[in-house]
Amino acid sequence: MTDIGLGHYLTLGAVIFTIGIVGIFLNRKNIIVILMSIELILLAVNVNFVAFSIFLNDLSGQIFTLFILTVAAAEAAIGLAIIVVYYRNSSTIDVEKINSLKG
Amino acid sequence: MVAHSIFFYTFSLIAIISAIMVTVSKNTVHSVFFLILDFISISCLFIMIGAEFLGMIMLIVYVGAVAVLFLFVVMMLNVAQQKNQWFSARESSKHIPVGIIVSVIIFFELIIVIGGWKYKPDLVTAMSLTIDNDISNTHSIGYVLYTDYIHIFQLSGMILLVAMIGAIVLTFRQRSGVKRQSYFSQISREKSDGVEIIEVQQKKGVNVDD
Repeated sequence: MTDIGLGHYLTLGAVIFTIGIVGIFLNRKNIIVILMSIELILLAVNVNFVAFSIFLNDLSGQIFTLFILTVAAAEAAIGLAIIVVYYRNSSTIDVEKINSLKG
Repeated sequence: MVAHSIFFYTFSLIAIISAIMVTVSKNTVHSVFFLILDFISISCLFIMIGAEFLGMIMLIVYVGAVAVLFLFVVMMLNVAQQKNQWFSARESSKHIPVGIIVSVIIFFELIIVIGGWKYKPDLVTAMSLTIDNDISNTHSIGYVLYTDYIHIFQLSGMILLVAMIGAIVLTFRQRSGVKRQSYFSQISREKSDGVEIIEVQQKKGVNVDD
């Protein structure tokens, strides 16, 4: 119990990943919260990478985490820009009302 | 060792609770604040486990940039007052059980993978980038990042550039009827465009309107 190993960190990553998935599935109101859930999922992946990197004594995981951080920042910027443009055009970002691609 | 475990459980408990609060919070501004708290506690875990550079980068990039960007967009779109209530939404309540079932399945798959997983026996010899404990974490990342991973590093810089240009192009709006200074037309103005030499006739003056 007091000996923190790799499994503890992996369990933490799994829990945060699942919370992110739940946030994407269950949130039908606000698309910004969905973007935040995607950030949570990427955070869980980062936790896994860093835990493996430290416990396997290999530096590659931390390098990969750096690149995931870059891609997450780019994704957040583009996603928020798309949300701003959509809000400007249709004055709502309600997930249930975004159905113009439904046909 | 006991202090390590106490810190681990504290920070991971804060991280999990704030992750839950991100998804269930009714106010979007509160969700952004809980996201910041989540990132801070995870970066504390990173610093504690020995990846100091990543923990600090996490603080700078996420708390300093991404979370502020989220907060800015939330405040700008004025959706903070729109209630984020997926518990009480009437027509959306039919996919809550499906979502919960899928999430539970994913969680147990992850737990099964963690529980029943072993190292390959030759994995230790197959690694290449072993962590050197004599130099600091930042130092060793710098050694690897600018040599072995230089192409991917530059590619990530390209990704950031594309994201920056894309965000500017998406949100840029040309308003009509706004007078704006144009450096190009100012600098490229010639004497022949602006000044005209007229022979002024006696007692007739100059017609300046045309």
